[in-house]
Parts: sequence; C-alpha cells; structure tokens
Amino acid sequence: MAYDLEFEKPLAELEKKIATLQKKGDRLKPEEHRQIQDLERELRRRTEEIYRDLTSWQTVQIARHKDRPHSLDYLHMICDDFFELCGDRAYSDDHAILGGLSQIDGETLMFVCHQKGRTMKDKQYYNNGMPHPEGFRKAGRLMLQAEKFGLPVVTLIDTQGAFPALEDEERGQAEAIASNLYLMSRLRVPTLGIVIGEGGSGGALALGVTDRILIMEFAIYTVTSPESAASIIWRSTSFAQQAADAMRIGGRELKTLGLVDDIIPEPLGGAHHNPRLAAETLKATIQKNLAELKQIPLDELLEMRYQKYRSIGHFAWADEAPQT
Amino acid sequence: MAREAAVPPAGEANPNEFQRPRPTTGNLVVKCPKCKEILLAREWEKNQKVCLRCNYHFKLTAQERIKLLVDPESFVEIDANMVSADPLKFVKSTKDEVQTYPDKLQEEMKKSGLNEAVISGHALIESMPLALAIMDFRFLGASMGSVVGEKITRTIELGLARKIPVLVASASGGARMHEGTFALMQMAKTAAALAKLGDAGIPYFSLLTDPTTGGVTASFAMLGDVTLAEPGALIGFAGPRVIEQFMHIKLPEGTVNSEFVLQHGMIDAIIHRSKLRTTLARLLRMYAAEARPWTRGSRALQVAKQIEGNDGLRPGI
Repeated sequence: MAYDLEFEKPLAELEKKIATLQKKGDRLKPEEHRQIQDLERELRRRTEEIYRDLTSWQTVQIARHKDRPHSLDYLHMICDDFFELCGDRAYSDDHAILGGLSQIDGETLMFVCHQKGRTMKDKQYYNNGMPHPEGFRKAGRLMLQAEKFGLPVVTLIDTQGAFPALEDEERGQAEAIASNLYLMSRLRVPTLGIVIGEGGSGGALALGVTDRILIMEFAIYTVTSPESAASIIWRSTSFAQQAADAMRIGGRELKTLGLVDDIIPEPLGGAHHNPRLAAETLKATIQKNLAELKQIPLDELLEMRYQKYRSIGHFAWADEAPQT
Repeated sequence: MAREAAVPPAGEANPNEFQRPRPTTGNLVVKCPKCKEILLAREWEKNQKVCLRCNYHFKLTAQERIKLLVDPESFVEIDANMVSADPLKFVKSTKDEVQTYPDKLQEEMKKSGLNEAVISGHALIESMPLALAIMDFRFLGASMGSVVGEKITRTIELGLARKIPVLVASASGGARMHEGTFALMQMAKTAAALAKLGDAGIPYFSLLTDPTTGGVTASFAMLGDVTLAEPGALIGFAGPRVIEQFMHIKLPEGTVNSEFVLQHGMIDAIIHRSKLRTTLARLLRMYAAEARPWTRGSRALQVAKQIEGNDGLRPGI
C-alpha cells in the first residue's frame, strides 16, 4: 500500500527507493540487499515517528482516505453471517444506512452502520454515506426490533453528516435525527457505537447515543466537518485545517478530552494498510465490550447511559448575574 | 389549534441573511425588512414587534419573550450565572488576528448584556406553573454549547422534579463550533432528558421562533409533544444557505420556514405572536389539568411512581 498523503511524502520517497532497488530482482548485489533492509527499517521508524503525533487535520485526511475500509468491508471480514434488513416501512430504503442481523462466533447481534462507497457508482448508490430521513428511521426501526428480541446493537459510524437537500427538509431530517437520539437514550439492550472513519455532525450522533462510544485511532468525531466549521467561523472553507486543529477532533484528542470511552488501535499507517488486521482488532473489541456490557443489569445500564451523556459539558459560574 | 387565518403567505424578506436586532430605544421609526414599510416605533412595540402592515414577526429578546408569555412578575430565573468554559482552548487565528473563545464570549456578553444564549427558570401562565427556557439569538447566534445544553437539561429536570410542564422557545443557528464535539453531545444530553420527562408523562411544549436550525432543530426543538411556531420563522436542519451551497441550486425566498414545516407535517400549528400566551394556557389546561386514572400501568406511571412524592396516579401539578 502506497503512502500518498501530503504529510507522508518522506515515506513515499523511501518507498520509491526500495521499489527501485527491488526491481533489479536477481541482479541485486549483496550490499544492495543490506541497503534495502536498512531502508525498510528506516521507513518503519519514520512511519512510527510521523504517526505518533498526528494533528487533527492529518487525522482527517486518513479518516477520509479513499482506500480506508468501510462498514461493509468490516462486516465481510468479521461476521460469520449477515442478513440485511431494509426499508423504513414508511417511505423508502436509504442505502447510506445499512443494517441487519449478524452472527459472530454463534452470537446474534444487530448492526446499524453508515456505508460510504469507493467507486463513483458505489458512491452514488450509497449517497456517499450521507443519510436521508428514511435512513435514520430505518435505523430506529432496526434498533426497536433489537430491543424486542433482546439483541445487542452495534453501530459503525462513518459519515460526513446528514444529507442537506430540500427533499430531506421536506421529509423531516431534523425530526428523524432527534427521534433517534430520544430512542437510543433509553433502548433496553446493550448498545455499542464505533466511529470507524468520519463521525460528522447530527448524522453521526443519530447512531451514536450508545452505552460506550469507541473510536478507531485515525478516525474523527466532530460537530460539523472542518470545512463547514471554517466557513462559519473563518468565513472561508480554506481554513479547514485550522478549524480541524482548533476543534481537536482526532480520535486520540477526543480520548484525552474524555469524549470517547476508548481508542481502537489501527495498523501502522492506518487501517487501509492492513484491513484484515484492523478487522480482527475491531472484532475482538466488539466481543470484549459486549461481554462486559451484558454483565450489567439493564436498569443500571440505562441509568449509566443517561449519566454518561448528562455529564458531558464544561461550564463555569460568573460572579453575578447581569442586570436585566 | 388550527392555522391562524391572519397569517400572510409564506416568507421572510431575505432568509439568506439573519437581521441584526435593531436598536429599539431612541428610534422613532423602524423599517420592516419584509415589506419595507416604515413603522412608528411606539405602535410597533405595542403590537409586540409585529409589522402592522405585513405581519412580519421581528425577533424578540429572551426578556421580551418572557414578558410576552408568562404572568407578570411570575418568572423566577435559575442558573443565571452559568457561563461558558473553554474546554478545547479554542483559538481562531488568521493572518491579522488571533481570537480566543473567551475573548469572543466577552465580546458577545458586552454586546448582548447576557451571560449566555438562553434564559431559564419557572413561571406561571394564567396561574398554571411551568418550567421554561428561552433562547436569545443576540448571543453568538444562540448557538448551543455546553451552557445552553446544560441549562435546557436543568429546565427539563426542574419540570421532572416539580412535575410541571416544560416549555422551550428555540432560536438558534445550530451547534457552537467553538466547543467542537462537546457541543454535538449536548444534542444527546437534551434528548435523553426529554426521554425521561416523556416517560414520566409530563408534557413538553416546543416553540420554534426565527430562526431555528442545525443541532437545536435536530434535538429538543423537534421533540415536542406539541410543537408550535411563529409565522414566517426560518426552521430547518440545514437552512437555506447550506442547501444552496451544497446542492448548487437557488431556492425561492422563504422556502424553509414555519409554513413549509407545517405543510410537511413536522409541527402542529403556526401561532401569531398575539395568541401565543392564550394558546399555551389552553394547552396547559388540557394536558395537565386533572388526574388521569387510565395511565395506571403505563410506562409513564411506572416512572412517575419512582419519582418521590407522587401519589402514583399521575404527575400532579
């Protein structure tokens, strides 16, 4: 897998050097063999160095990488069986949200995920992971069904945000999101939310009011995309980089701020450098967390969930109230 | 409540721009941004800041709205001293200036005379008690950060503790960027509190005023047992400017507003400013007047029983 992001330029150069040498094949001299080994060691060292302290903006670029695994890639790799459930039973089926029953090591659970596309055609089919109201209503329907059958709910979050077209306003985008927040806050089954790529705005939160919220190491979770934050505060989208860094939206920073419960480590260079390893870690994390959540009595779990969201926020007290 | 007959056809003058609140003292006349009519300030204020010619509803400050809605002298403010912290150490830096979030807050406090974008407390409407939170667009576009989320949640909890109905009058540009993901999570917090209120069988009224957009619309604003709106208010998730930028289209004036959301089934009624207080009084009377024995055994009752001091019949007033 190539290093192709802006800040990965030194890595790409090393990679190129190695590739040129390797092209020689059998004609490699012994000292060139050693050179390759040295270069590879150097590449590894530099990669670790660069990835140790990424800025939020660099994390955004990895989270949006075109080769980054999406929900469906992970489902293929971690589920023994998966049966997709479609439609909101009211208007339509939204492909940007994908959900269904799955079996992992003999255990049944309900997955509700955002799905982005990779090719042009897929992007169109999945609306690039930006849900319409019917998508959120499908998600709500699936979660209620999970509650009915006592199945744990796992959500994989990967969206820029809800789709902002006039048709979505007509069908109640805001109401659809709000209803999901309301519903998830007291769903009577264990719930686990995992941000695997971009966690953007209300469209992400609509699948994210869960008992635990985890984030992959190079994923982001933000109130709105850096571009729109920049256009609101800086009055220009060209300040996206500053906005991303100022809002501190990378996985590691969110963990420091206490906004996520844990980080799921990714392979060196990001999940797209070794999707299979990333999927294995994801699977183990899901199983571990669900096992822990199931131990907690339901009423206690719900009260913990309420307190979790109740306690988020920082404020202070002024000395005196203004004269009104 | 049916649609008010007096409501003029849809539309605010220019939904692409939020009007700055005009100075009301000292000016003899004000100009209506919609019909351009010149109005005598005295008459305009007597008419609750509604244009006498075209019915355009000017924005109200939180204090003005409280005066408009509740019985005189009945409002008691809570959490008045709550102010924003700066969890992200947010800095807006450009070539020429560096502005921290606390700087911005100071500026907004000075400009608006408010501590934050919402005023909360309890009051009486026609002698019936309720907990209420009123947002004020003058403070940083009434964007929702930790304080707005916390004060609204506390208002809901006040309703829960005293078993009185809750009213939130929304007006907001959305979530507050300066607080990043903390701001986003306020949506979850307020919605979760409303779920508790709903389980306890206590009514929640949502009043949408100009403009209500973004994360506020997508959380407590759209979760009302009864959702009312003032005429011609901009109401939406994305808002016209975002839709136009994203979809590369031009929307006709006043597309995403009260009339639009009523037509599409998202709210219950559009109420003229002059009828708001009487309408709320009617709702309070009908939703919360007497004991309702048929709620016995319902989810609402089970929760109500857990709340201290409840007779087990229903959350009383």
